[in-house]
Amino acid sequence: MTASSIQTIADIRAAMTEGLTAVEICAQYLERIAAHDGPLHAFTHVAKEHALERAASIDRRGSQDPDLPLAGVPVAVKDNICTRGLPTTASSRILEGFVAPYNATVIDRLTRAGAVVIGKTNCDEFAMGSTTEHSVSGPTRNPWDLERVPGGSSGGSAAAVAARLSPIAVGSDTGGSVRQPAAFCGIVGLKPTYGRVSRYGLLAFASSLDQISPLALTVSDAATLLQAIAGQDPCDATSAAEAVPAFDAALREPVPHPTIGVPWKILEDGVDPNVRTAFSAAINVLREQGAQIVDVPLPHATYAVPTYYVVAPAEASSNLARYDGVRFAYRAPLDAADADLTSMYNRTRESGFGAEVKRRIMLGTYALSAGYYDAYYLKAQQIRTLIRRDYNTAFERVDAVAMPTTPTPAFGLGERSDDPLQLYLGDVFTVSANLTGLPAISLPCGYVASGLPVGLQLTGRAFDEETLLRLGAGYERDAPWWRDTPPAAASTG
Amino acid sequence: MTTLKRTDVERIAALAHLDLTESETELFTRQLGDILSYFDRLQQIDTTGVPATTHPVASAPVMRADEPRPSMPRDEALANAPDPGGDGLFRVPKVIG
Repeated sequence: MTASSIQTIADIRAAMTEGLTAVEICAQYLERIAAHDGPLHAFTHVAKEHALERAASIDRRGSQDPDLPLAGVPVAVKDNICTRGLPTTASSRILEGFVAPYNATVIDRLTRAGAVVIGKTNCDEFAMGSTTEHSVSGPTRNPWDLERVPGGSSGGSAAAVAARLSPIAVGSDTGGSVRQPAAFCGIVGLKPTYGRVSRYGLLAFASSLDQISPLALTVSDAATLLQAIAGQDPCDATSAAEAVPAFDAALREPVPHPTIGVPWKILEDGVDPNVRTAFSAAINVLREQGAQIVDVPLPHATYAVPTYYVVAPAEASSNLARYDGVRFAYRAPLDAADADLTSMYNRTRESGFGAEVKRRIMLGTYALSAGYYDAYYLKAQQIRTLIRRDYNTAFERVDAVAMPTTPTPAFGLGERSDDPLQLYLGDVFTVSANLTGLPAISLPCGYVASGLPVGLQLTGRAFDEETLLRLGAGYERDAPWWRDTPPAAASTG
Repeated sequence: MTTLKRTDVERIAALAHLDLTESETELFTRQLGDILSYFDRLQQIDTTGVPATTHPVASAPVMRADEPRPSMPRDEALANAPDPGGDGLFRVPKVIG
């Protein structure tokens, strides 16, 4: 095993057993980033010195330390997760120059497990978007086709992993922001159950929907990463007390005679025929492996997008009130004569936020404003209950619900930037997992005719990530799409 | 059918503390109007007696002992402020005109 052939956590373990050091592995990934990230722009900050220092400390401790399950494993971190001493801007002008004074709980846990934060990754501003075009530092490009978006909002994290610039990454998933870019970039993205992973240190977008989520090349690596970051945290009262199972061990046990539900009716309209073909082929693989495939109705699924786009912006309008030019980083320049506090707020927010963030703050403020609360926010929260009931009914019969992660493959840069509603409709298959809190995984499941990856999404019962990981690992054994490398990836020969 | 007027957008922008430009006000009047019209379909569903989901996964209130612990040092908390003022406080423009 040479440094240049490393792709997965298992590769890193094997290489270190053969004598490669964490510093050598870290240096290899830093070289790949230097050579290949230019056209991709997956990273907004490469933490070179920080990472090499961390790697050296792992080497001093010894890579065989059993308390370091991620010894020497580089991890790319979405720029809306606080990393002490490193920039944390959520790709927003309003946080330009902000250096986090503390670590998010996931960063402390990754560090404790031996991982090495290698850099911060680009995202849609405050995680609002599904293209990674809404970033103050410019768009990330898709490693499979540089003229297309990588998806978003965790597009930088997904592109970094797909291009082999980091073996694993963390992102945040509020309405599909990890699963959708994972699908567009041909990698694995796993949104855990709401509460499974602490949100402490994640810049809040929509607090009842946000969940920090792993991205990886393989299901096994996603499981290892989830293992490291999962569990209750006294700093996040919404983190769950449920015991964290041994995900790695679970992977080795297939699900006996699984039943998988497919909502065929909602896949009839608006799904790219090429995506449907790849999805149907994946369902056939699961069937040949012994899964029973049944139809599940999910009658309220078509209401998920409007429900989500009431709830998420409403919560965002409240969460983003804190960016006021007083405490964090950016304040708009003011004319001395008429500068009072209110005009400072208004001008800072006007010039500090990008168009999509302002659009959502406006939408959320409207939905929560006097006279509209019942018609929008309360109504949406009630429909959220109905969507959850649909899934509860489905899970009486099935172990997981399968659908394509997205209705189309990656689209062109700029192609949908003038029509926000059209962009929102692309979230049709991902938002339900956030509205219901249920775990969902996106697995690479082949390509459309033009060679762009397609994602297979499996949604599971609350706190049953194990079933998703076991089904995913089983599928991946017979359909190892992750071995294909995109044209813009670092070579791993 | 929901319609959104320019004055609605101006009112919401004031509530949200956004000093929108002319062209943004115009753009948002159209775009938010389209989005709100799309939301009208939510009214098709009878939600009489359906409880609202406020937390996606039910959990009991989390309690902890109220014990003092060290907090972030003041200089670190102020390090990112645009105008820390120099006396350990956040300085802001005048509040009363």
